[in-house]
Amino acid sequence: MSAKSQGFPWNLLVGFILSIALTLLAVFVAIYTDFSNHVILWVLGVLAIFQAIIQLFMFMHVTEGKEGIINVINMVNSIILALIIVFGSIWVLTSGHASLH
Amino acid sequence: MSLDEFFVTGDPLILASQIAIGLTMIGLIALITYLKRWKWLWNEWFTTVDHKKIGIMYILAGVLMFFRGGVDGLLMKAQTSRPELDILNAQHYDEIFTTHGVIMILFMAMPMLIGIMNVVIPLQIGARDVAFPKLNAFSFWTFFAGAMLFNLSFVIGGSPDAGWTSYFPLAGKEFTPGVGNNYYAVSLQIAGIGTLATGINFIVTIMKMRAPGLSWMKLPIFTWSTFITSIIIVAAFPILTIALLFMTLDRLFGTHFFTVAAGGDPMLWLNLFWLWGHPEVYIVVLPAFGMFSEVIATFSRKNLYGYKSMVFAVAGIAFLSMLVWVHHFYTMGNSAAVNSIFSLTTMMIAIPTGVKIFNWLFTMRKGRIEFSTAMLWSLAFIPCFTIGGVTGVMLAMAAADYQYHNTMFLVAHFHYVLIPGVVFAVFAALYYWWPKMFGFKLNEKIGKWHFWLFVIGFNMTFMPMFFVGLDGMSRRMYTYAESTGWGAWLGFSAVGSLVMAAGFAALCYNIYWSFRYASRNVGSDPWNARTLEWATASPAPHYNFAVVPQVEQLDDFWYKKKKGETGLKKKDLKPVHMPSNSWTPIVLAAAFGVVGFFLVFEWFTLAIVASIGIVIGLIANSFDYDDGYHIPVEELEKEEREWRGDLQ
Repeated sequence: MSAKSQGFPWNLLVGFILSIALTLLAVFVAIYTDFSNHVILWVLGVLAIFQAIIQLFMFMHVTEGKEGIINVINMVNSIILALIIVFGSIWVLTSGHASLH
Repeated sequence: MSLDEFFVTGDPLILASQIAIGLTMIGLIALITYLKRWKWLWNEWFTTVDHKKIGIMYILAGVLMFFRGGVDGLLMKAQTSRPELDILNAQHYDEIFTTHGVIMILFMAMPMLIGIMNVVIPLQIGARDVAFPKLNAFSFWTFFAGAMLFNLSFVIGGSPDAGWTSYFPLAGKEFTPGVGNNYYAVSLQIAGIGTLATGINFIVTIMKMRAPGLSWMKLPIFTWSTFITSIIIVAAFPILTIALLFMTLDRLFGTHFFTVAAGGDPMLWLNLFWLWGHPEVYIVVLPAFGMFSEVIATFSRKNLYGYKSMVFAVAGIAFLSMLVWVHHFYTMGNSAAVNSIFSLTTMMIAIPTGVKIFNWLFTMRKGRIEFSTAMLWSLAFIPCFTIGGVTGVMLAMAAADYQYHNTMFLVAHFHYVLIPGVVFAVFAALYYWWPKMFGFKLNEKIGKWHFWLFVIGFNMTFMPMFFVGLDGMSRRMYTYAESTGWGAWLGFSAVGSLVMAAGFAALCYNIYWSFRYASRNVGSDPWNARTLEWATASPAPHYNFAVVPQVEQLDDFWYKKKKGETGLKKKDLKPVHMPSNSWTPIVLAAAFGVVGFFLVFEWFTLAIVASIGIVIGLIANSFDYDDGYHIPVEELEKEEREWRGDLQ
């Protein structure tokens, strides 16, 4: 382990601070601004995507390693799952009775 | 809070259990002290990172929880055996069906399967441990902390009572103000951390630690199903984590994710719960399918029929598992489009499952079948599970489901899926892999008693439920009027549950008998099996393989045996690198348990203080530079000679 580390892990520290900042920003936008719910949802969605990118590059070493193809499969799989969960839930919860009022 | 709110009081059944639990604990502590075994327990078990020992601890915890969940089941059967009995009151009955469900799924089925995966998978792929041994120990201990916290609810504070699904609004603070459902939210969260880590661990293990030459399409089918199960775990468990977090926030901090009052939506809980809950069904059933595949191939003396179609079937089930969750709540009032789509995806699952059933049948066709106990469980599984599967297709039809929904028909259906699909598999696996864990077989004669009592009792218990369900009995009814005419069915069912319990008792007696009297002279490969785990000693040495095997084909060990190439050359022996034991997993998990307990009672200051323990544990763990140790060649040679005789 110790052979690989090169000085202070700036990368990790920056990632850590950025991910906390993004989370606080999301809380701020949701609670303390007067945007409509629609706008807030879009802002949160965009922040979430930034958050995912930071996690992938700063912590999950997506650029390292030799298994490019496995990384691609992983990411496609995760994106499909996220789409199923998010849009599936929205569809299920807003069609039918819920859409009548 | 006064003491009598803290301890559950006023029920003689629970008082007796409190006394029994107290005495058992004092007895255990006294016994271990008397035998001077504390140090041994700590060094050999509590701090171990050996996947086989962790597996055995998982299985032991699973058997204990099976007993607890089973007693819950028997109490429910006793209460409903005749009309208008009052052995349990409505509240107590609610608590019991809730804990029965949670314990059987999360604290019995999961640890049993994960335990067997732990014991078998590294051996089956020719590895010396899992990829992250310390994380593996952490997984076990967080599961254990969660399970114990959940069980504590029974004597301290009161059990959760909103069903294992804990639907809102019932599970919200407004309708269940006690601490019971806090237990549900917090203990499942802690156990879930462990499960998620297990999923990650097995994905990496199977991707990175296979023996040289063991390419994907040569993997044993149990390894394949474990791999795919782990992927589903990683996909689905975060959803549970989030759902439980929302539940915890709602109950402890007054947010409104699931209450209509402030713009929340109780249906969101159902949606998230089943987004995890349905994949969870496949998380427990896919490894079980893998176990049956190994057992059936071994005892038919044939290679598995349709290996590739088996792999694609498992992958297909995994993919579809994320697309069917709405079939648990067709009656919520979705649009016709939603219900139709989810009906279709649900019925599609029957296709890969059918492929698997036919593969097992064709594996047996013209095979030289040996009716060992493990094989008997696999044989009984096929017809029983098919009944569960076919009634599942009935339930999958959204329009018809309005009739079946939340009746005893549904209860009978999922017991017919989960008991043959998981419990039979676990029993088959225990009989099959027992020699690999302990170096002796479980007794076959007592095993047959276990088998017949349990299978007959199972059918007697659950078959009548289909009929009372079709006759209109809804689930979770604590009593019913005599005029319903269900008394005879449910009385018969209650007798069946006693037969099933006798089967479980036969298993316990079998374990006791075999530990004392079974022959220790069974060799390394007592079943004449096909996969790599049988290429090393029984019980497997702590380093698994003195020399990592070289694999050329599917069922490599079987063909090597035929060619007589299973020997070990002395010149191949090299020092083996092994991970050291660690105290951090058990201490960290204990800290999680303590924090959880304080959160359940909403004692936030104490919870914050205790969570400092978690932080310190994590920091200590980060600065642990122990790189393991090496086993010298002399020791390997000595241990290998003990079971191989001479080396080449």
